[in-house]
Amino acid sequence: MTLDPAEIAKVIRLLESELPLDVECLLRDATAREVGLSRTVMETIIKNVEYARQNSIPMCQDTGTLIFFLEGGFDIRETEEEIGEAVAIATEEAPLRPNTVNPFTRENDGRNLGRGNPLIHFAAGSDSDGLPRIHIIAKGAGSENASRTCMLDPDQGLEGVKRIVVDAVRGAGSKPCPPIFVGVGIGGSHDHSALLAKKALLMDMRERSRDPMVASLEADLLEEINRLGIGPMGFGGKTTALGVRAEWAHCHTASLPVSVCIQCWALRRVSCTVKNGRLTVDGHA
Amino acid sequence: MGMLKDLKTLLDEPTVRSLRAGDVVYFTGEIFTMRDQAHLRALKLLDGRGLPFDLEGRVIYHCGPLVKGGRVVSAGPTTSMRMERMESDLIRRSGVRAVIGKGGMGERTLSALQDCGCAYLEYTGGAGALAAKSAKGIRQVFWQDLGEPEAVWVIEVEKFGPCFVTMDSHGGELRKGAFRP
Repeated sequence: MTLDPAEIAKVIRLLESELPLDVECLLRDATAREVGLSRTVMETIIKNVEYARQNSIPMCQDTGTLIFFLEGGFDIRETEEEIGEAVAIATEEAPLRPNTVNPFTRENDGRNLGRGNPLIHFAAGSDSDGLPRIHIIAKGAGSENASRTCMLDPDQGLEGVKRIVVDAVRGAGSKPCPPIFVGVGIGGSHDHSALLAKKALLMDMRERSRDPMVASLEADLLEEINRLGIGPMGFGGKTTALGVRAEWAHCHTASLPVSVCIQCWALRRVSCTVKNGRLTVDGHA
Repeated sequence: MGMLKDLKTLLDEPTVRSLRAGDVVYFTGEIFTMRDQAHLRALKLLDGRGLPFDLEGRVIYHCGPLVKGGRVVSAGPTTSMRMERMESDLIRRSGVRAVIGKGGMGERTLSALQDCGCAYLEYTGGAGALAAKSAKGIRQVFWQDLGEPEAVWVIEVEKFGPCFVTMDSHGGELRKGAFRP
């Protein structure tokens, strides 16, 4: 299967300038609930979202690092090249801010590439018609810096998991541009739990897990987080988080890994289906 | 909410001292973007041969703008707390009169604001497209070798705001207790 880098670059531009439907709906609902300074902040966010969409420009100057999740029969080497080229094109045309630097020298290649970038996760799987899928998320640093992974002891159980998540949000406070979204990864290994937490951010934020245990964890966490009262930009209010989703995997009998992926209000992600090398975007406003 | 104010840069001390936490400000004039690497370099240079630009009376903005073809495309604030270890030194040694960012700052910055007559303001995080709307042009750029986000961009703005004064020069703070970063 051959992908067209220019077409992927267009999808990246879309993801930077338009929010997914679930995210925008939740932002609008939250705006109506807030008062005072927090209301003004939410109204500024909504104005910004509309202005970015109308002008097809990135809503936030931190266009993030792009993370790709590919499901289905992709040729890994070929696809890595195509996506690398897509990111270089998008950096010019979306445009993206050149964000990636060498961690030792802090040198910036100006193209959002360099060792290990963009990050691509390949997996089996497809949509219900058997077609391959591509999910892309743009992750800004303000919220990513507030994310964390903890290796709990099994006796700490679900209560331990909740404490890690709520502590992470409390510790992050005003820094990650609340109201936030929270992805939680439970189980797996140290690295796997972080991946699960990020993948949780790909799920519809208005829905709950089909697994009743996970669904009640998501609901409890959202309620507890919103009781913190951090509010929009940390100015206090009813909305600290707009959504919490969790993903899980079996883990070692001696472990209970937990990862919390914090995401600013601008949850910029896009999902597409691939048919004959062409992309169809779904779930967007 | 506090008073609504239109301020033109440069700023003098009495103007800044008149600002109180809760005031809402719209800036017109030049603002200097300065974030992590620019703070590090500025402090190093202040130990030696000095800065290539004068920050006396200036407004600095914790921002790494997205710039294309000499135009500011998106320019919201970045998280100010990353600059907390450096900001008080910069304020004390450069004469800067206002710092714009997001998320609030800590004790050390607050005391430098009081000692020097400087204010900390916040623009809504993530609202980069809207912020860029008030950018009228780029007047100068310094330290481009640091990379586009970390360079010092001197941006001419018109009615850039609303910027909320969240820490004033009298120890006043909008975010108190649990909400302080």
